[in-house]
Amino acid sequence: MSTLVADEPPGTVIHEVGRLTIRAVRAVGNLTLFAARMTRQLVRIPRSQVLWPVMYDVGVQSLPVILITGLFIGMVLSVQTYDTLKVMHFESRVGSVVNVSLVKELGPVLAATMLAGRVGSRIAAEIGTMRVTEQVDALDALGADPIAYLVVPRFLACFLLIPALTILADAFGMFGGWVVSTQVFGVSSHFYWFYSDSFITAYDVVTGTMKSLFFGAAIAVISCHRGFHCRSGAEGVGQAATEAFVYSFIAILVLDFFLGVILLHVYRLLFGGRGRKRP
Amino acid sequence: MTDSPSRIVLELRGVHRTFGRQAVLRNVTFPVHAGETLVLIGESGCGKSVTTKLLAGLMTPDVGQVAWDGRSVANLSRRDLRQHRLRFGYLFQGAALFDSLDVYENIAFGLRENTQKREPEIREVVHQRLRDVGLTAETARKRPGELSGGMKKRVALARALAMSPEVMFYDEPTTGLDPVMSDVINQLILETRARQPVTSVVVTHDMHTVRRVADRVIMLYPLSRLKPGESQIVFSGTAEEVFNCPDPRVRNFVNGEAGDRLKELAA
Repeated sequence: MSTLVADEPPGTVIHEVGRLTIRAVRAVGNLTLFAARMTRQLVRIPRSQVLWPVMYDVGVQSLPVILITGLFIGMVLSVQTYDTLKVMHFESRVGSVVNVSLVKELGPVLAATMLAGRVGSRIAAEIGTMRVTEQVDALDALGADPIAYLVVPRFLACFLLIPALTILADAFGMFGGWVVSTQVFGVSSHFYWFYSDSFITAYDVVTGTMKSLFFGAAIAVISCHRGFHCRSGAEGVGQAATEAFVYSFIAILVLDFFLGVILLHVYRLLFGGRGRKRP
Repeated sequence: MTDSPSRIVLELRGVHRTFGRQAVLRNVTFPVHAGETLVLIGESGCGKSVTTKLLAGLMTPDVGQVAWDGRSVANLSRRDLRQHRLRFGYLFQGAALFDSLDVYENIAFGLRENTQKREPEIREVVHQRLRDVGLTAETARKRPGELSGGMKKRVALARALAMSPEVMFYDEPTTGLDPVMSDVINQLILETRARQPVTSVVVTHDMHTVRRVADRVIMLYPLSRLKPGESQIVFSGTAEEVFNCPDPRVRNFVNGEAGDRLKELAA
């Protein structure tokens, strides 16, 4: 029949593996080309009327959820670690465990996860809806590059604001941990902050923040890409939003691992493998 | 360049287009002459909108060429492509107004993106275009969600005309509108042509639109119903000719008769 361009391959395991491999390579290539196209457009800063609303949505509107997440993670960490440390008579050091975990790992990863859920899904659904209602074509027809108009502002907002959101999440987590440790478990406030200060280095704060930059970039690129490749109909838009979150979350975890390894090597290179300061 | 009747503004040359595994266009070739109103008709899914998007450079063919003023679009740089495309206005099937912007900003969009015009000039153009499509200045501050289907189409037309295009594409301009509003849109197409020398490509199912606006009609037929090697263009001629065409595929479409398709229901 004339509408078919190729026959279905036989459904053997080898064919299936080949088909999945081709699909994976194509998806990665497609995403890379999309990111490269966006990078080329980064030289032109978007108009403020376009950029500020996106910044407001990504930054200000995300604050409540990010702060609540940070606060409760700090509180939960305190609850979970206090008993274990008490067995070893190290309960006064609860601040160090809570805050090192927050600054190095949980703050950046959870802030990015919340951003992927709140902002990433929204970006994919918004651009996806614009795609299926031909608004993306309309941008093109009116002489505006859809990548420059839709993707660049969202990328800049995610990339530039996620470090600030991460630091705020860290701060609220520290505060939450302090509240539970001192007010519920009776740990001395002095020791909470003393051990926190002793175990957290400036390098930890910088690397935590640096990681978040990569997470923000990944969320923006993946979510916009999903939106641009949204299939038609309500189901297509819903799927794009789901995929934006799932793929962003996977990217955050994978990036977290590799960045963790790389930054550890960088630390050893810079500080010669010396141990951290310990009281 | 002067517009002679034979000057070809847009052209498809042996174009094929496939979506996934579904072939939509096969070896389609036709020119669009300067100043004419070409109407594309055909059943749903026969590739009319795809053809229009290919002509407008919003899509690229898998095989074959799209040419603007004799130059292949594939040979144009991204910047040249964008510059050339500013000569085109496009009225989308669902209007495609930007939800996040009000009517004023929708119409001003192209001017803000592509010109250095100051706000008073932009305001003048926006209000003029609103008047051209029969809407008042009060409409300017409304959001697309507050407009009826007919108003959306008119605002979309005002937006497409804001940059004074040389070529206008109308993708199903009357679909989903009541007969009165459909006639208003048809009249606007005619008035646009009368106001400025514009080449128009209209995609429609509406035979009343064909009768009102067409200089030339092309009918596309779905590939799935064609035999290998058969041309996808089953009719090309004037509006009068299309209504008197003996080809049963054309006759059934023009008269709105199911013909052999009723057998599919019975099967």
